[in-house]
Amino acid sequence: MERRVPLRLELHGITRRFGEVVANDGIDLTVEPGEIHALLGENGAGKSTLVNVLYGMLQPDSGQILIDGEPVRIHGPRDAIAAGIGMVHQHFMLVPVFTVTENVMLGAEPARGGPARLLDRQRARARVVEVSGRYSLAVDPDATVEDLPVGVQQRAEIVKALAREVDLLILDEPTAVLTPQETDDLLEVMRTLKAAGKSIVFITHKLREVTAIADRITVVRNGRVVGTTGPEESEDALAAMMVGRTVSLQVSKPPQPPGEPVLSVAGLAVNDERGHRVVDGVDLTVHAGEVLGIAGVQGNGQTELVEAVMGLRPVLTGTVHMKGTPLVGRRTKDILRMHVGYIPEDRSVDGLVKEFTIAENLVLNMYDTTPYGSRWILRPAAIASSAAERVERFDIRTTSPQAAVATLSGGNQQKVIVARELTRPLTMLVAAQPTRGLDVGSIEFIHRQILHEREVGTAVLLVSSELDEVIALADRIAVMYRGRILDVVNPQTPREQIGLLMAGVRGDSAPGQVGGDGADAT
Amino acid sequence: MTAPDTVPATAAVAEPARFWTRERKAGTGLGVTGLVAAALFGALASDRPAAFTLAETTAGDTVEINGTLGAVVFGLLAAVAGAALWAPRARRWFVLLLAAGIVAVVVSFLCWQLSRSPQNVLPLGNVIRSSVIFALPLIFGGLAGTIGERSGVINIAIEGQFIMGAFFAALVATVAASVWFGIVAAAIGGLLIAALLAMLAIRFVVDQIVVGVVLIVFALGVTGFLFEQLMAPAPTRYNAPSRVPTWEVPALSDIPLVGPVLFRANIFVYLALALVVLVYVGLFHTRWGLRTRAVGEHPAAADTVGVKVLGLRYLNVLLAGAIAGVGGAYFTLLATTNFNKGMTAGLGFIALATMIFGRWNPVGVLLAAVFFGFSRALAVYLGSIGSPIPSQFLNMLPYLATIAVVAGLVGRARPPAADGKPYIKG
Repeated sequence: MERRVPLRLELHGITRRFGEVVANDGIDLTVEPGEIHALLGENGAGKSTLVNVLYGMLQPDSGQILIDGEPVRIHGPRDAIAAGIGMVHQHFMLVPVFTVTENVMLGAEPARGGPARLLDRQRARARVVEVSGRYSLAVDPDATVEDLPVGVQQRAEIVKALAREVDLLILDEPTAVLTPQETDDLLEVMRTLKAAGKSIVFITHKLREVTAIADRITVVRNGRVVGTTGPEESEDALAAMMVGRTVSLQVSKPPQPPGEPVLSVAGLAVNDERGHRVVDGVDLTVHAGEVLGIAGVQGNGQTELVEAVMGLRPVLTGTVHMKGTPLVGRRTKDILRMHVGYIPEDRSVDGLVKEFTIAENLVLNMYDTTPYGSRWILRPAAIASSAAERVERFDIRTTSPQAAVATLSGGNQQKVIVARELTRPLTMLVAAQPTRGLDVGSIEFIHRQILHEREVGTAVLLVSSELDEVIALADRIAVMYRGRILDVVNPQTPREQIGLLMAGVRGDSAPGQVGGDGADAT
Repeated sequence: MTAPDTVPATAAVAEPARFWTRERKAGTGLGVTGLVAAALFGALASDRPAAFTLAETTAGDTVEINGTLGAVVFGLLAAVAGAALWAPRARRWFVLLLAAGIVAVVVSFLCWQLSRSPQNVLPLGNVIRSSVIFALPLIFGGLAGTIGERSGVINIAIEGQFIMGAFFAALVATVAASVWFGIVAAAIGGLLIAALLAMLAIRFVVDQIVVGVVLIVFALGVTGFLFEQLMAPAPTRYNAPSRVPTWEVPALSDIPLVGPVLFRANIFVYLALALVVLVYVGLFHTRWGLRTRAVGEHPAAADTVGVKVLGLRYLNVLLAGAIAGVGGAYFTLLATTNFNKGMTAGLGFIALATMIFGRWNPVGVLLAAVFFGFSRALAVYLGSIGSPIPSQFLNMLPYLATIAVVAGLVGRARPPAADGKPYIKG
């Protein structure tokens, strides 16, 4: 059933609380028919809560939703879809073992006639082909989702929404997992959809994308709408609206000659859990007082590379040396004791024991050494006083150092890890996704801490899928793609060129290139 | 839309050729087993002939083979099958070669056993019939487990649903003087346990394993108590059901070997086979099945397209409970004709092993159940003809097979991704 008139959406005074926290505080929003409306805000500003209310995944405590001027009640996704609202979630809502067709048909399955009402896979498949053709969203209807690259999975997700004849599409942080090129493709798809009369609510915290595509921009901070503006607004002004104060998007990084080589990785090969070769002959050198940034789309072997360096994953072939001492085969504990700091990429799984107190988490790597304890006992007084001092110094916002880490916000949890890893003299710091999912204030703080380590002569290996972060912090950028270092470039290299490398396209004689063929350069 | 089509962003690095492929692992295992069988069984066997007949009795035409010769030859055949798995194209013949190898090891073993036993004839018809009979509760239980876990709820309580089904079947079939009422009552008995499981696991989000174990203890306790209070004092009034009748399908029952087993059979055999087909078609070719599998793999994905995750889980757990309950009726309306405390003897757990062995697939469940049934039937028959091996060891066979399978010898079994994980909206 195709609607002839594009859909106009109004939200009035949407409020939603989670316990004490007010995630949405009287939000008003109007999405005009056929416009791309960006919802801009920091992590934790309440964007996701708002769209989950809109899609019926959450019920608002108060407020009203109007579609084409009529108030509607949305009790669940089924109501939302019936009202013409579709959503592409940040974490894809696709069943990995199903085919694209099965995922698209799920919930609205065509059935063959007859008493058995068996699934009509042919009809469902034809629908996928038709929708993907109409909006030029190339996707193989018969492919199993888990075998598809992330960008294609996202297209399947969009096809899934469009196959339900929705007129308004919510895209929740759609570019977080994409390469710059895939992001460009997605923006193109959004233009196509707009041309076809669809309205789009585009959620992001990336300013560049907003100014590139949005017709109007609504900025959300601390659960409230700060203002609505147009794409002509400057990025600095948008950033200030988003954070609530003027922010410098640049970190100052004084030039500094690199010192001795500290970390040397040669010919490293590592498999993942399923036996796939995900690190495939990596050579790297990180020098004292230098930040080597590893750029790349998530899932190109960065995780496994870091784990191999830290002794958390078996190495198939190759060597890892720190100042001439081999690390392969050593226990992680011993590597940490060799003055290596490690910020793991998933703070809740690998970085912290969430049920433990802040004080306990702060000594997880040193609990059995003086002054915190010995082989047999802990010294709670020393642990407590050190915790009090570090909570102060790293500005960890908590009621008490004896509070469980689980009670902290994401930014403060990450500060606990940083405080634990950076309060001892380091030779090397391995930081994987150190600012993922954090607010701007915490990001600035952690960036300063990393650059401070660089100044005092620590060799820093930084892995991040945020290209901006790598460019801001790194002295050299190694681009990783499918388990290999495609190239090592300097941070002045144009973004587009790094973007191409991240997509596996290697320029031949590009300017700014300081090393070739995965070799390191100094 | 150019680059992402040709350049996938994820690390789909070419898979390196691993030396220890599934074929080579299985081939080595089979080869070693075959050689050991040839040496060991050959040494232990006597020169008396081992005889096999297709019939259900020991009378009639037999195939005979010298015991020592048979044990050695079939052991070597298994080793050859194992070696063949190392051949370049073995992948295509994997299942066939593995099955042939296992059968050869079994025959080698039988040659030893029969040649040493006073009664040296093995009536295959008889063994197959009892294999199917022993397989029946495992089929019902395995299907029940499959339906539950495919939608993400672990049903450890199959044992409890069995015992409730067995009890209610005996009670109602005696009181109402009808096995049909007994079977319906058994389904309701299983349903009761399932309803408790569903409520505690889905609504109150209690750990599913813990709930399951508690429910088993509960079901054993309740039926045991009622047995003492009600049945034991007056067995003829409350605990004397008749056995289910045997129905014959004309013509089909004349097929040699399988005909009599499958088509001169009782309601449980027909029901089990029908359920295998129904659940298979249901899971993979209907709306219910697609949604069930989605809910078991990625409930949030199902929820966001409007599938009622919790509702579907309730439905499936209840359905599974009813099926397991009917499986319980087998114990009192077919295997015996009276209820006894704890008579299900842990078969509910073997049913779970059947489900894993069958890889959460109804057809797999059927094959796994028949395999377990066969090893039990063999153990029983060899015990009855005075085998030199203590029956306790023979009875271990199904469990050893389970351990081998669950430990992943036959390949890693991959359960539904959200199996056992409660779904909380938000």
